[in-house]
Amino acid sequence: MDNAIEVRNLSAWFGQNQVLSDITMDIRRNSVTSVMGPSGCGKSTFIRCLNRMHDLTPGFRMTGEIVFDGRNILTEKIDPVLLRRKVGMVFQQPNPFPRMSVYDNVAVGLRLNGGGISRGEIADVVEKSLRMAAIWDELKDHLDRAGASLSGGQQQRLCIARALAVEPEVLLMDEPCSALDPVSTAKIEELIEDLGDRYTIVVVTHNMQQAARISDSVAFFLMGVLVEMDKSAKIFTNPSDKRTEEYITGRFG
Amino acid sequence: MKKHYSEELNHLKEMVLRMGGLVEKMTHDSVRALVERKREMFPEVQEMEKQVNQLHMDIDEMALGMIALRQPTATDLRFITAAMKINTDLERIGDQAINIVEQAEELLPVPPVKPLIDIPRMAEIAEEMLKDALDAFVKGDVESAYRTIERDDAVDQLKDQVFRELLTFMMADASTIARSMDLILVSRHLERIADHATNICEDVIFMVKGKDVRHQGPLA
Repeated sequence: MDNAIEVRNLSAWFGQNQVLSDITMDIRRNSVTSVMGPSGCGKSTFIRCLNRMHDLTPGFRMTGEIVFDGRNILTEKIDPVLLRRKVGMVFQQPNPFPRMSVYDNVAVGLRLNGGGISRGEIADVVEKSLRMAAIWDELKDHLDRAGASLSGGQQQRLCIARALAVEPEVLLMDEPCSALDPVSTAKIEELIEDLGDRYTIVVVTHNMQQAARISDSVAFFLMGVLVEMDKSAKIFTNPSDKRTEEYITGRFG
Repeated sequence: MKKHYSEELNHLKEMVLRMGGLVEKMTHDSVRALVERKREMFPEVQEMEKQVNQLHMDIDEMALGMIALRQPTATDLRFITAAMKINTDLERIGDQAINIVEQAEELLPVPPVKPLIDIPRMAEIAEEMLKDALDAFVKGDVESAYRTIERDDAVDQLKDQVFRELLTFMMADASTIARSMDLILVSRHLERIADHATNICEDVIFMVKGKDVRHQGPLA
């Protein structure tokens, strides 16, 4: 199994404050990797580095390499817009375009990304994306409803469909279930497990049970340091590092 | 709802059943090798034990992983813990079959002390109990599990009968002691196999009903 992303000696600072220290990890292609750790450990900062979401943050600086598609994405030559098309993102709070219809929410990325796509093709992509996001059956007769009129869980799946519509290679998810009820959470978790066969997914979560349920590999962060990364079964039955053991058994954090 | 999880649960069940099938055949073949005096059957039984040992480890590893990663509750939790306990019983049954083979290795080179009647009968009941216990596990059939447990008494009685009979042989002719002891041990192994089948049935009842029926006999 090859790697979709290779992170080498990544360090990051907000002003004088170092938030990531010398992170090196491989993210395997077509698998689900969870990034887990207590609040403030740098997990969200880390995945936002993977599609350069910090570019406009004043005082933010990073060193090291993030190799994606054979290129270091931290160099100036990379177009962040193209990068984010290939490395999509889903956020904690579902954020569909509130007044746009369900259909347009999914189609908008295609329309913005380039001309020459026929209406028929767009309709196909919208259906395919909504199906992959496991929400087609619920919404196929309501494609004209406004994004904001959906339930929280539906909104989040709509956002996943929107991200999938532009055919990314990697999907970053920052706490995608924290704002959802248990039933919606279960749906999103099942969806992540399914999508993990076809996409490289990196999920940030502070919920370690969720990390256990959905991921193939787990990376445990603590105070900006990658403590341990391994197969989920190994992390949750016999972690190598004492700090991981203490965190997952609830002895601190 | 959780597709991957239910696939894992099915896979775990299949592994337990594969192991059950193996130890069933090991029990059957070890006794048949002894009764029909077929040395050539030993290697196959020993080969099956290797597979059983591998499954023993694989099942525990998988069940442990599922407890850690899936946080099973209620029915699922009882199923996974039952699978782990049944796993232990099945592995012990495999060991007992190997023990029978070892006794047979001692017995086959020398003339039989007597025709074997009760031991094949014990083996037949123990095998049926094992088969029914595994069926009850698959179907979650509590009634069948209870009925199977009741048959354990018949095996215990046969074991006592074998012992009494062989005791008379040993008292009459000291040269039969070694052979008689080997046969007594075989009956002891078969009796243990039936006990393990009983344990499996008790686990099935707990798995389905959540009710612990162990240690409730007259001796409890």
